[in-house]
Amino acid sequence: MTDPARIWSYLAQGPLLWLTATLAAYVVGDALSRAAGRQSWANPVLIAVIGLAVLLGATGTDYATYFQGAQFVHFMLGPATVCLALPLYDNLPRVRRAAWPMLAGLVAGSVVAVVSALLIARAFGISGPVLASLAPKSTTAPVAIGIAERIGGQPTLTAALVLLTGIFGAIVVTPLLNALRIQDWRARGFAVGVAAHGIGTARAFQVNETAGAFSGIGMGLNAVLTAVIAPWVVGWLG
Amino acid sequence: MITALSLILAFHLVGEILSRALDLPLPGPVVGLCLLVAACVLRPALAQRLRPTAQGLLAHLSLFFVPAGVGVVAHLPTLRDHGIGLAVAIMASTLLAIAAGALAFQAVARWTGSADPSAMKDRP
Repeated sequence: MTDPARIWSYLAQGPLLWLTATLAAYVVGDALSRAAGRQSWANPVLIAVIGLAVLLGATGTDYATYFQGAQFVHFMLGPATVCLALPLYDNLPRVRRAAWPMLAGLVAGSVVAVVSALLIARAFGISGPVLASLAPKSTTAPVAIGIAERIGGQPTLTAALVLLTGIFGAIVVTPLLNALRIQDWRARGFAVGVAAHGIGTARAFQVNETAGAFSGIGMGLNAVLTAVIAPWVVGWLG
Repeated sequence: MITALSLILAFHLVGEILSRALDLPLPGPVVGLCLLVAACVLRPALAQRLRPTAQGLLAHLSLFFVPAGVGVVAHLPTLRDHGIGLAVAIMASTLLAIAAGALAFQAVARWTGSADPSAMKDRP
């Protein structure tokens, strides 16, 4: 029989091991989320991330090695974003009717996301590049990184803050909007798309198709608006 | 399924090229999304063709965020320096932004008479 250490060193080099681990962790996360009746706190991304982090720590694997396998899954974010066109197309008559409410929700959600985050961070004595990295945290990752680079932030820190915002938003949206008695699926989806980008949108699709469609629109529109307002707000508060 | 996937990738590709060539504030996939909506409006058959694959991908949208999420763990030391400030800022501003967005949407929907009974939770 071959030495297990040699099998390990072979597996550690190729993408197969960590690609499999990523999919398996998600399958477990999704199954647990389903078993919990899709309760918001049982977020499949959070469960999978914690499981993989423990596994990476236990095996002493660094992120670069892990990402060699996981990059195939990461790549699919792009095509999946393109696919948001389908629910948007299916909901076009609804979207046309909701132009003014969407504009109001977009401006309110986007401005509050940037201004309140920077005001709170500043109260904690955060300034400079860290403050600039925080400004685009509600936008979808590729846009957020582009914005952060332009306003003097740190792209990798921004990517981490974007992810944390998305996971937190996906967990709190249902109890928060239930407490506020928001009944309109369009408003519920749109607001979480603006505040918590793609992870919020994934949560919205778990709950309701219309909410998911409006969440995808909120995410796209917020990417544009934040690109415009973030440099301005950072200049004002930074 | 391969045809559908090729079409989706082609829209992604054209979106990336346009985003870079025209220096748009939107990332490539969002440009591809807009192009695909326009294409579906012009050719409804395209939507039928792509629907099963698109629904399959969107049903597991969460999966595609897992690798980047693991990246957060790799950056934990960076986050630790300003941990509490950043955590409070993210949590409070996300709560406020979701509430502000949803309330503003709902208020204007009532005010402009664009409420949609078919989109209500707990319909009577």
